[in-house]
Amino acid sequence: MTTPHCRVTTAWGPPGGPVPVPANGPRWAGLAQGIKPGPGSGSAQPRALLQPSRAATMVHWSAEEKQLIASVWGRVSVEECGAEALARLLIVYPWTQRFFSDFGNLSSPTAIVGNPKVRAHGKKVLTSFGEAIKNLDNLKGTYSKLSELHCDKLHVDPENFRLLGDILVVVLAAHFGKDFTPDCQAAWQKLVRVVAHALARKYH
Amino acid sequence: MLTGEDKKLLQQTWGKLGGAEEEVGADALWRMFHSYPPTKTYFPHFDMSQGSDQVRGHGKKVMAALSNAVKNLDNLSQALSELSNLHAYNLRVDPVNFKFLSQCLQVTLATRLGKEYSPEVHSAVDKFMSAVASVLAEKYR
Repeated sequence: MTTPHCRVTTAWGPPGGPVPVPANGPRWAGLAQGIKPGPGSGSAQPRALLQPSRAATMVHWSAEEKQLIASVWGRVSVEECGAEALARLLIVYPWTQRFFSDFGNLSSPTAIVGNPKVRAHGKKVLTSFGEAIKNLDNLKGTYSKLSELHCDKLHVDPENFRLLGDILVVVLAAHFGKDFTPDCQAAWQKLVRVVAHALARKYH
Repeated sequence: MLTGEDKKLLQQTWGKLGGAEEEVGADALWRMFHSYPPTKTYFPHFDMSQGSDQVRGHGKKVMAALSNAVKNLDNLSQALSELSNLHAYNLRVDPVNFKFLSQCLQVTLATRLGKEYSPEVHSAVDKFMSAVASVLAEKYR
């Protein structure tokens, strides 16, 4: 029996989520000054010790990462890549077809690749990805409504976002060949992980 | 489960590597260390600089094992039995990492094969790596 893509807790942060990285060093204002308030050191408010600033939970993107992401994205046909990524999701992980019972013929890889609804939906999904790339510093806000939609109306297990993200990276690799360097891949693996996390954030 | 078609595609795909197994293995490993930094925790003794001999050497070893598996798709459990013991009792690599290697190997193959890394090949390789991971983790507990 093949190993399903089960969620195993890793040593690398919470399941499905990136480890928050402070943008410019520790943002736990006051904490660095010591937890033990001595007499006369009263300038730091005790409450400030316990509240991280919003930036401490934001994902940090280096200039290089942003550049690697943008340079690949600039050369991507959203329609083609989107269609291909979604088609591959349905082919490589056939159980994902459960969400698309009204898409018509999904009976073979050829049928899936040629299916106009798959192509259209793939384009829609990747267009939304483009929005993420324009708003790397506010992914949570960008995906807030979509997250609620995927939970409340579409009932999609967030694991599917991770599967699609990995597939997208493989599609880009096939498309760009050697230009899809290890640095490029690392930036994009981070991006798809963070997008998946943002999409899962409003689940309840 | 690997179908007859999957097996054929796997053998064809490996055939296309034309002796570049060492390079493919090294590239996949390097990508894995780069995209999934925690995987480096299993190699604290390695020189992790680009082009490191240790990374190349280990990549070659990993690929050789996978190539052997591709030659023995009808009996993966037996072909990988020793490696399964090794991973269960010595290496004890958390199985989640097998997925990371699978992803990076697929990216490496895709960069080399381009359009030839078709959805069908993609599916076969993904299933294969999943089966290999299963066998390697079989004796963990």
